[in-house]
Amino acid sequence: MSKQRKAVALISGGLDSLLAAKTLLEQGIHVEGINFFTGFCVEGHTHAIRKKDKDKPKRNNALWSAEQLGIKLHIIDVIDEYKDVLINPKHGYGANMNPCLDCKIFMVHKAKEWIKENDFDFIITGEVIGQRPMSQRKDTMPIIAEESGADDLLLRPLCAKNLPMTLPEREGWVDREKLYGFSGRTRKPQMALANNFGFEDFAQPAGGCCFLTDKSYSDKLVDLWSARGDKEYDLDDIMLLKVGRHIRPNNNFKVIVAREDGEARFMQGYKKEFLNMNCASHRGPLALIDGKPTEEDLIVAAQLVARYGQGRDAEVVDVTIREKDGNERQVQVQPFIADKIPQEWFV
Amino acid sequence: MAKEMLNAKRLLCPLPVIRTQDKVKKMNHGDILEVVCTDPGVMQDIPAWCRINGHKVLETLSEEMEYTIILEVG
Ligand code: SF4
Repeated sequence: MSKQRKAVALISGGLDSLLAAKTLLEQGIHVEGINFFTGFCVEGHTHAIRKKDKDKPKRNNALWSAEQLGIKLHIIDVIDEYKDVLINPKHGYGANMNPCLDCKIFMVHKAKEWIKENDFDFIITGEVIGQRPMSQRKDTMPIIAEESGADDLLLRPLCAKNLPMTLPEREGWVDREKLYGFSGRTRKPQMALANNFGFEDFAQPAGGCCFLTDKSYSDKLVDLWSARGDKEYDLDDIMLLKVGRHIRPNNNFKVIVAREDGEARFMQGYKKEFLNMNCASHRGPLALIDGKPTEEDLIVAAQLVARYGQGRDAEVVDVTIREKDGNERQVQVQPFIADKIPQEWFV
Repeated sequence: MAKEMLNAKRLLCPLPVIRTQDKVKKMNHGDILEVVCTDPGVMQDIPAWCRINGHKVLETLSEEMEYTIILEVG
């Protein structure tokens, strides 16, 4: 009997990777999924943070895909290793801070290491030629295969017929005739195949699989780097860029004001890491202060906090300033008038 | 049969799932793991992870802002 061949599928949680994995399962290949957590993934986080999303299902789409496929899913924390990809992308950024091509190379490279450690035979992805302008083009497909070191162990079932034969096809582990030749930006062939396989309710992320494709998120990241003078970051930094209103009156400090209860609750968890404030005389949001503010800066921050509370029209508002060690004091300030906040302060 | 605890408070999904996965890897069939989290998303994600990887959720509890999942390693 011939050996049962095993493939690891890069599962993003979107439709294409779901279809690619299903195509190989149909050919009798043993498939397991792998999903990389860079810290920027759209999964879960904002749903968990923002109260307004409370009614939406909080499912993790990669887990959901694996469950639909009936395969195991290995989720790998690559937060630290990913920093180098984001900070020094050899192939540059896309429309925002998304280093998609380097990111793909990195993930396929990690998958290559994984198959070696776990005795799997090859790697599959849901890539389609022409689907994404930066990373999924005819000329980038061989770059990903080469630079990741996966070479002909990398099979893209959805567009394989438009690409040179890979090892699994040459060896007859996979029947090339039963793979696809999708190309271009159209989603029609994917929708038809999903229908054939009976998949419903799958995720269709519009911009991409992570926050780095989002302009407002990317602006905040660039602002953080330029204010700090270097591109280092930790998980807390990048999580906090997802919440609140970010206002930077000066290079040395930034005020993050919660926009609603869900965000305030999430930000409570950072009270020991950041100087923070909230209104004492009126109801108002929690704010975290990032950076090294002077005493004068703290008054500006308190005025901003007062502006976003129910005392916004009051003559004066009492604001509690809390140090990281929990020590508190109160200041009395005049709330900022909304249109007096310089537009360029909003990150 | 060992019983272990995992503190995944303040972590947002999928990190509690990743920590659970990494902990379970070092445990044996039949062992019990209690995971305590603060992200309500775990109530969906950890059971889904258990279903696809062959582990059994014995109990889920939610109290105040804490969510606890007790699972048996498959
Ligand atoms: S959208 Fe984000 S996760 Fe997806 S390939 Fe681009 S950089 Fe990587």
